[in-house]
Amino acid sequence: MIDLVAKSAAEGLLPVTIGALTLSEIPHREVHSIAPFKGAKVSTALKKAVGIELPEAGRSTTKGDVQVLWTARGQYFLIGAKPPKLPAAITDQSDAWCAVALTGPSAGDALARLCPLDTAKMGQGDVARSLIGHMSAIIVKRVDGFETIVFRAFARTLVHELRKVMTSLDAQAALPD
Amino acid sequence: MRIDGRGLIDRSERRSFSFNGNSYSGFKGDTLASTLLANNVKLVARSFKYHRPRGIMSDGTQEPNGLVELHQGNQITPNLRLTGQELVNGLDIRSQNHLGSLDWDLLEVNDLLSPFLSAGFYYKTFMWPKAFWERLYEPIIRRAAGLGRLSMENNSDRYDKAFAFCDVLVIGSGPAGIMAALTAAKAGAQVILAEEDFIFGGRLNSETYEVGDKPGHIWAAEQIDKLRGMDNVRLMKRTTVTGAYDGGTYGALQRVSHHVKHPGDAPLETFWRITARGCVYAAGAMERPIAFQNNDRPGVMMASAMRGYLNRYGVASGKRVALFGNNDDAFRTAQDLAAAGVHIAAYVDSRADAQITGDFPIYKDAHVTNVKGRKQVEGVTISGGVGDVMADALGVSGGWNPTVHLACHMNGRPQWNEQIAAFIPSPNMVPGMEVAGAAGGTFSTHGCLKSGVFRAKEVLKALGLEGRAPAIPKADTSQTQIRPLWTVPGKGRAWLDFQNDVTVKDVTLAAQENFKSVEHMKRYTTQGMAPDQGKNSNVNALAVLADLTGRAIPETGTTTYRPPYTPVSIAAMGAYAQGTGFAPQRFTTSDELSRKINAPMIESGLWYRPSYFPKDGEHHWRQSCDREVNMVRSAVGIADVSTLGKIDIQGPDAGKFLDFLYINTFSTLKPGKVRYGIMLREDSHVMDDGTTACIAENHFVMTTTTAAAGQVMRHLEFVSQCLRPDLDVQFISVTEQWAQFAVAGPKSRDLLANVLDTPPDLPFMGCGEVSIGGIKARLFRISFSGEHAYELAIPARYGESLFKALLDTAKARDGGPYGMEALNVLRIEKGFITHSEIHGRVTAGDIGMGMMMSKKKDFIGKTAAMRPGLIEDREELVGLKPVGAVKELNAGAFFFAEDADPVRQNQQGYTTSVAFSPELGMIGLGFLQNGRERHGEVLKLVDHLREVTTRVEICHPVFLDPEGSKARD
Repeated sequence: MIDLVAKSAAEGLLPVTIGALTLSEIPHREVHSIAPFKGAKVSTALKKAVGIELPEAGRSTTKGDVQVLWTARGQYFLIGAKPPKLPAAITDQSDAWCAVALTGPSAGDALARLCPLDTAKMGQGDVARSLIGHMSAIIVKRVDGFETIVFRAFARTLVHELRKVMTSLDAQAALPD
Repeated sequence: MRIDGRGLIDRSERRSFSFNGNSYSGFKGDTLASTLLANNVKLVARSFKYHRPRGIMSDGTQEPNGLVELHQGNQITPNLRLTGQELVNGLDIRSQNHLGSLDWDLLEVNDLLSPFLSAGFYYKTFMWPKAFWERLYEPIIRRAAGLGRLSMENNSDRYDKAFAFCDVLVIGSGPAGIMAALTAAKAGAQVILAEEDFIFGGRLNSETYEVGDKPGHIWAAEQIDKLRGMDNVRLMKRTTVTGAYDGGTYGALQRVSHHVKHPGDAPLETFWRITARGCVYAAGAMERPIAFQNNDRPGVMMASAMRGYLNRYGVASGKRVALFGNNDDAFRTAQDLAAAGVHIAAYVDSRADAQITGDFPIYKDAHVTNVKGRKQVEGVTISGGVGDVMADALGVSGGWNPTVHLACHMNGRPQWNEQIAAFIPSPNMVPGMEVAGAAGGTFSTHGCLKSGVFRAKEVLKALGLEGRAPAIPKADTSQTQIRPLWTVPGKGRAWLDFQNDVTVKDVTLAAQENFKSVEHMKRYTTQGMAPDQGKNSNVNALAVLADLTGRAIPETGTTTYRPPYTPVSIAAMGAYAQGTGFAPQRFTTSDELSRKINAPMIESGLWYRPSYFPKDGEHHWRQSCDREVNMVRSAVGIADVSTLGKIDIQGPDAGKFLDFLYINTFSTLKPGKVRYGIMLREDSHVMDDGTTACIAENHFVMTTTTAAAGQVMRHLEFVSQCLRPDLDVQFISVTEQWAQFAVAGPKSRDLLANVLDTPPDLPFMGCGEVSIGGIKARLFRISFSGEHAYELAIPARYGESLFKALLDTAKARDGGPYGMEALNVLRIEKGFITHSEIHGRVTAGDIGMGMMMSKKKDFIGKTAAMRPGLIEDREELVGLKPVGAVKELNAGAFFFAEDADPVRQNQQGYTTSVAFSPELGMIGLGFLQNGRERHGEVLKLVDHLREVTTRVEICHPVFLDPEGSKARD
């Protein structure tokens, strides 16, 4: 029998710390998309099964290690738990994304180089679909920075672009007034 | 000449730079312009067209003459403004636009030829012979005229761009801007205060006014400190707001490291896109010159600039200074200079009733009519019988123009104000923007302070914010008196636009030749078209034009103000897009391994895919490609097909949804089965093709082509949201979830039997779940090569590992990886189409799939497909092969009858794909008029680009195994 070896999306590229900013890959987690069918009461069913409800648009809900992100019109990502049987379209997305955490006091300044969102207005747990450079991305506000999620195949570009910005900001911070 | 005890420079830190190889020293806080003036350097540039000697004229953004090149290693930054560049140790600055030295410019001959070089000269002179323009005249003219050069080397500087957001953007930090920022900040608004200069305070740093019983610059610094201490305020100096755009968006250029010799990894500039809910525009005003003979001689300066150099930098612009003005403000320069001990040679006021007195010669109701000296001012000629007066500098003031630029960026027109003889912004020209202080035509310091508060309150009101406004400090309330004076009548050339060398004579000529609209005059004379965009010439030029055409100034109007306000490096706007930053890159899970075995990669959209996998001894791609084709046909080949789009579709109406999208029926597809489908655009032309598998009841996985994956996803969203919102269906991309590999060839089943945990058992066009090492995977028995073949999908984290396992297993069966080249040959041999064929202008009928269009259901494109023009006399998909001596086939070549002229009118179709088949030789696919009925015909195929003509026989597009028995076996 063949023994397959798993490899993370940004394996060998992260973590990296430049100045006050750290970029690290979020370890593999179970991710499933949930898209409720018409009129289905998915939120209550989900609450019953994993103890967590579907969030409002632009928000996320969390309980322990389990998290639900709003990701699009009528679409959510359940992270960290097996999805129960629901009246919804469910797909496995665990391998489809590269998720990185950008942390540090100037994380917002770094993101402002690549993402057109007003991230200062985002509270902890807020979620937005936006861009990182030219890549479509899911942005989640965390206490210590941001989680940015792009298609797995973009991992190298994501790391490359964020590193460039981190290097630039570090050098800018060292400039005389 | 430096004056002791004056200026805001830091005399404890000496700095020096090199200008044309000579070293000049100044202090921290100096600009290059103030350093040069302190060192008595008058001549700094040659003019654009006539190569006249020029000196520094202003102390700010409007500087038309002091443009230089900054040399750093192999880099040249052209058109750097001496008045904006901070003095940095060791800068290598060189003057531009001269042949020979700055002092002895050979092209100064142009000045002698000036009678022949007036406006419109090129248009009239270089008309014939026609071909000479591009080959001869233009290169010569471009060499002779123009400003800075580029190094033509790759730009190694770093740049940055960023987004910013605020409630209130305050542009300018003079008295109005500071008060506006304080007012907005106190009300709790998020404030950005943008200042172009490297110190905050605007004109307060250049004047001797007191504000709140303190020197103005000290008051400003204190207020800035106050703002710096507030959490809701962001201070951005060295930041020029360059444009006002829709939706409260402003462009701004921040000079991040121009003040540092070695910025390291820091960018030179950051281009900001600032989104502001409201804006207070407090950009101040610019003093304008007066046109008279030789008013461009080095040493002729704006009166306010002389004041600025004295008060901010402790520099006297001359030893014997003459002044010429038409307003009270100019007189302040005389007072400031006299107080500093500078000799005032003459004060000339064009007004007879000017209320001025001083202990130096004052001439009222008089003009300066000429300037003596060539490379620097040696004297001035004064009208009214006064005659020549010795002077080494002349300060001029024709009044002040409010800086209306940004207020006009959304195509509003400013209005004329008689009292200050200048244009001021009209209300609400930019939504959300209020104009404060001198930019709005309020010229007294006290008025500016008050206006800043008032305008900020207006902005806050619109945002629903309020707070206690700061108290307005005591300041000067005097309004300047002015009587317009644009030109001094007399002989000789009088300059209007210094940067583009446009004189009063040129504007006169434009008017004479009936270019009377201000926009026509601008284009005829090039006035206002230089990098400074006519900052100190536009109003003067249109006033002259108004006078010449007998119209009033408001009637003549201004030209259009467009962004950017000051030049913006394209490199800053394109920051991070150099090299690989230009577009994101998508890499498959097999990418690293493929590169390791030396596969050259080709771009496919954003993806990178292997072209071929060279083996030792193969020197040409064709050798590898031929081997890979034979390998698939005889043994087994592995190809990464993860780049194809995969869309998971679920829901009670999933089948109906697919029926509506595809021309053929999918609702009847049973779980465990795969079907090929074609979808059309609404205009009935083919959008995409691919297979869709039924995974379970009401659960499908659609495969799109790599090229159209995004387009198809967007199409599905549109259909679901807009055309069929009644259908209960959900879909999401799973392209990246699965790494998918084609396993093709007669030994594919055997290979899989050794890879999968249980041997595959699928009929042709079947699908099912399998497992590999206990990991769940999906297997599809589909073929894009015509061979017995599978596609195997595994969660992407195992992609690389599976690819390696497949290669290892294939190797033992004389198989291996194949690339895009072989994949292309294999599919052309089978007549399978790609987007080379379905390029957007072909119908289902054209590619021979007309019969697939279901008569039992409606689908997108069905109605349009019935249009007569899309059914009859179409160019239809055919195969072709060479039959003459020439065997070369090229995609894009055209079909002609053998005896026809190969001209457009005779073309009968074209080729779309060609390949060298190791088994069949050159073959191709193409579209030929009524081609399906013409198999066997011999035609002429002409490639006009490569000049190749080939005799070809038209045949069926499927060259190999037309019954498809190999794939079905």
